[in-house]
Amino acid sequence: MLTAELERCASLLRDARPKVVVVGGSAGSIQPLSLLLGELPAGFALPILVVLHVSPDTKGIWAKVFNTCRLRVVEAEDKDDASPGTVYVAPPDYHLLVGPGGRLQLSLEPNVNFARPSIDVLFESAAWTYQGRLLGILLSGANSDGALGLAAISRAGGSCWVQSPETAVAPFMPRSALSTVASARSLSVAEMAALLHGGVV
Amino acid sequence: MIKPGSPTSDAVFELEIDLFLEAIYRQYQHDFRGYVRPTLRRRLTQALAALECESLSMLQHRLLRDPALLRHVLVYLTVQVSDLFRDPEYHKALRRVAVPVLQTYPSFKIWVAGCSSGEEVYSLAILLEEEGLLDRAIIYATDVSAEALHAAERGIYSIDRAQSFSRNYQLAGGRGSLSDYYTAAYDGIAFDRRLRANTVFSDHSLATDSVFAEVHLVTCRNVMIYFEPALRDRALGLFHTSLVRKGFLALGSKENIRSSVFREKFLELDRQHRLYERA
Repeated sequence: MLTAELERCASLLRDARPKVVVVGGSAGSIQPLSLLLGELPAGFALPILVVLHVSPDTKGIWAKVFNTCRLRVVEAEDKDDASPGTVYVAPPDYHLLVGPGGRLQLSLEPNVNFARPSIDVLFESAAWTYQGRLLGILLSGANSDGALGLAAISRAGGSCWVQSPETAVAPFMPRSALSTVASARSLSVAEMAALLHGGVV
Repeated sequence: MIKPGSPTSDAVFELEIDLFLEAIYRQYQHDFRGYVRPTLRRRLTQALAALECESLSMLQHRLLRDPALLRHVLVYLTVQVSDLFRDPEYHKALRRVAVPVLQTYPSFKIWVAGCSSGEEVYSLAILLEEEGLLDRAIIYATDVSAEALHAAERGIYSIDRAQSFSRNYQLAGGRGSLSDYYTAAYDGIAFDRRLRANTVFSDHSLATDSVFAEVHLVTCRNVMIYFEPALRDRALGLFHTSLVRKGFLALGSKENIRSSVFREKFLELDRQHRLYERA
């Protein structure tokens, strides 16, 4: 990708002055997420909240799944406070939301976009709570969950990155988001990692 | 005109939620003021669409003048989702940890706080029946929603759910076949009356009501996830008062009391399955 475009992404991110990173993914997203998390420096200063579409029976030992990550990786529990430099993964069969002060909240509301946890639910709550001071990242996936959530982040003034469809195992989710959210930037995971590594946040 | 999604409109909606909850409390004595905001915002946004109101202020105007509207609004303020033997492993742990102690009592009492449409109650009753303890138990099943209590008392569920119910029952260590406990008719399954013969279904609010009995086990799973910490602590206080010494408290599998003022008052018996003992 052109350096100019990357610089533009960096400048948009700087303007957003993010306090949190929210990430969503579905089919084909574990591998790029693992890559991205593995690239983050140990001193990464923001909490990272993650929703992945997994089956309700999944017993995720997320620290093992993302074992290349230098940050603490945990499954989110209700009323945890999102701490800097920690990755919180939504537990299977619960929605994950974030409220004032970065307090995590779980919910058993019905499926949204056929999913629980739903990416839209996390992204919309984060957009509201952080009022634009956030970065939303949407990865590979085969349905359109996340597009409306990313739109909410964009409306609030946050930065939106989407895994470039040509690099995604399942390009449907990135395509839906890119066609819904005009301000979303299409990036490879390596480019995202470089931006996050660049000391912007 | 305020642009939707802008910080200003968000702040207005936030204010409207405050006023709306206060109005419901003052007019109808249902107290949702201590419920967590992220879910409330979602649920109330859905209520506005379903009840065809442009704003929460407008819904409040209607609600204050039309008591019949209340039950439609309450559907959105409470989240009624449950499953039979949800988290099968938890039910196994309950058999392993709590049952041997309950067996030592000639009779005992259980409080299912926030029983929703009753799935948790029937799961518990079946478990106790298989342990030969159902006749010794009195179960208090409470909820704030009259509709949920009514559904719980009827004990009729859609036949579509029978398969997943059965599967969970087996995974939870069920000793027979789930169909031993219900009769299927038309498109529903109806649980046997004897399962609820010793169950009292009752309206009770963890936000405004007090303790009503001394009990040996409290289960309150995935109820306090909708509570702000202060309300959660109020509920834990009620449980602490209600429980006998060394009585059991069961929470949802992703809930903990680390941040609660009551964290010292309950000992962790089984960390993975969120079983606590009153200290």
